[in-house]
Amino acid sequence: MVYDWLKGLQDGAINPLGISGPFLLALLKVLLLIIPILTLVPGLIWWERRLLSWMQDRIGPNRTGTITFPDNFPLKALAGKKIRTFGLLQPIADGLKLFLKEDITPSHVDRKIYFIAPAIALFPAFALGGTLPWGPHTGIYGLLTPVANIEIGILYVLAISSLGAYGVVLAGYASNNKYSLMGGLRASAQLISYELGMAMAVAAVVMAAGSMKLTSLVEAQEAPLWGFVEGVQNWFIFTPYGLVAAVVFLIAMIAETNRAPFDLPEAENELIAGYHTEYSSMKFAVFFMGEYAAMFVFSGVFAVLFLGGYNMMPFQWDVLANQIPAMRGFFEFMASANYWLAPLTFIVKCAAGITFFIWLRATLPRLRYDQLMNLGWKTLLPVGVANFIVVGLWVVLTKIWGPVGGFVSLLVAMVFLAVLYLNFVSRTRAEAIGLQSRKIALVDPAPSQRRGITLVDPNKS
Amino acid sequence: MNANQLAFIALGGLAFLGALGVVLIPNPVRAALALVVNFFVLGLLYFVLGSQMMGISQIMVYAGAIMVLFLFVIMMLKLDKKAEEVAPGDAWRKRFTWLIGAVIGGAIFGGVMLPLASITTRVNPPQNFGTPQAVGWSLFTTYVWPFEVISVLLLVGIVGSIMLAKRRF
Amino acid sequence: MLEVLPIASITRDVPITWFLGLGLAMFILGGIGVVTRRNPVIVFMCIELMLNAVNLTFLTFAAYGGSGINATPGGMAQAMNGQMMVIFVMAVAAAEVAVGLGIIMAIFRQKNDVDLDDMSTLRN
Repeated sequence: MVYDWLKGLQDGAINPLGISGPFLLALLKVLLLIIPILTLVPGLIWWERRLLSWMQDRIGPNRTGTITFPDNFPLKALAGKKIRTFGLLQPIADGLKLFLKEDITPSHVDRKIYFIAPAIALFPAFALGGTLPWGPHTGIYGLLTPVANIEIGILYVLAISSLGAYGVVLAGYASNNKYSLMGGLRASAQLISYELGMAMAVAAVVMAAGSMKLTSLVEAQEAPLWGFVEGVQNWFIFTPYGLVAAVVFLIAMIAETNRAPFDLPEAENELIAGYHTEYSSMKFAVFFMGEYAAMFVFSGVFAVLFLGGYNMMPFQWDVLANQIPAMRGFFEFMASANYWLAPLTFIVKCAAGITFFIWLRATLPRLRYDQLMNLGWKTLLPVGVANFIVVGLWVVLTKIWGPVGGFVSLLVAMVFLAVLYLNFVSRTRAEAIGLQSRKIALVDPAPSQRRGITLVDPNKS
Repeated sequence: MNANQLAFIALGGLAFLGALGVVLIPNPVRAALALVVNFFVLGLLYFVLGSQMMGISQIMVYAGAIMVLFLFVIMMLKLDKKAEEVAPGDAWRKRFTWLIGAVIGGAIFGGVMLPLASITTRVNPPQNFGTPQAVGWSLFTTYVWPFEVISVLLLVGIVGSIMLAKRRF
Repeated sequence: MLEVLPIASITRDVPITWFLGLGLAMFILGGIGVVTRRNPVIVFMCIELMLNAVNLTFLTFAAYGGSGINATPGGMAQAMNGQMMVIFVMAVAAAEVAVGLGIIMAIFRQKNDVDLDDMSTLRN
């Protein structure tokens, strides 16, 4: 019934509200994308705080709202009991605080840019999901997602994410504060550098799938694994080139969202708080929200590109049902569960991605600036390009020798390139060792190494 | 006035305002912002014209990369702090330039563009006009030599900019 | 009508002179900017503006096209001419920006100032 109604909307039926059908459907699609992101952001903040304090073995603000009733409490059932809320009240308290705090606009800022910068920062985070399919492309989900199923879906993601620099850069500039400005400069340089690695990783996947449409990318991952293992889905993270691309994409994605260990634009012990030093109250909250929304959506992009999108498990249920008729019922049940639980699966995959983000934040220290640039330009970009070449070889060789021969030659090519690359890198690393490992001598140097300081008596000159 | 014309007026007007902003706004950062708006809206106009691949490239290359580079240079060299001083006779020179621009623009519009006004519609548009497939197909068949030359040009650009950055003067 | 509008309806409703006029206005504005502005980076931006005006014109002609282009491979190539030119213009612009901004940075490092009127070391 819902399906018929939506189908009618798509075909242009006039609905009771008096709005044209396709317009209402588009509105519905956008709301179905935006509302989950907006509602999940406080949950993410809670999850991050709780997980971080677990990982760092400390009591974080994750026990807020534990109510202990005294022993002489009138209600006998509650006397001496504790009611735990697991810190779930903390996001509410945070939100209230951000709303009620005084909204300070420093007197020295560039007012117009200062006001529009948070909005510009928020825009790409939400627009990014425009081509993201969170459900299968058939049946009812096919009518609801993605918002726009365009041929250039993945390029759209790259283009919008590259606009993410403006919010940070403009905030840094408008604050008229040298630390904020440095944060903005760092953000722009970082974004341009990591955009390249990300584009190369995406290009490899696009070449393997043969399409830039995100729905087609997911469909390509529903094919048999490596082209010849029937019954298992070809999630790109299971393929050798896909695994390399996934690692490159993951690192670039963390750098693009300005998260630890790549949070140099807001490095608090170097730049106070970087680009949002001068922001308070809701304007700060908007930056915060943009960051979390971007994390969420980028995790979704990663899931679509490498983790099989909305598919629950990497199995081709219909193929398995034909191969093992004894368990046909189970496989058919799993196939329909896979279909109907698709949005839930997608959200779980996004949540797993975010958990990974938080895990990294708890584990890795922040990079130095030259390490950041080296990683982007000297490691991710060459690896991405080499991977791109390997995928090209694989596509050609599969056409010549069939899937098995193509796969074997792909492995050979990857090993060859890896040996070549490691040799090359180890040599350049040896040359750059002077910058890589500077050390500061804290002990008193030997007398022969001391810089000569001769004291001059001012009276005698 | 139908929906298509309204869409053009909205997008085109925004693009025109952006272009005007680049020329008129004294503060370089704001001028760069105006140019970002112009480039972004131009990308949308390319979509309207059916060239979706070019539209997304416009947003990715110009709005996403080139303008970030411009902003980076402006902010790093602190070019916005120095007010543009006005030399004597500058006002007259500016007015004269605008006048000449208007005359040339009017002449081109009247002489070259109005005769083209009769072109209204494409007879038989190809099915996949403007999709990545069509662009790639063209790029690697008819235009493969220019494509290779462009790649050499980009390589020269990379080498040149690295040389400029590495050299100590 | 939120679907991507088919080019046929655009080319039917909007006269070609509107697009060409916008391109012309951007080109002229860019030219005026190159002549009147004194900040080298803004002069550079104005050049970018002129290049984009040309791109818009190319794509306009590509969309409106002549008559008689059909979906055969040869006709396809002909229909893609405008978009190919735009690709090449974009690549040239990207290379030009990289080198040009590099030159501006180099001048800044040497003179600690960038003013177009001071860049006259080669005169006489």
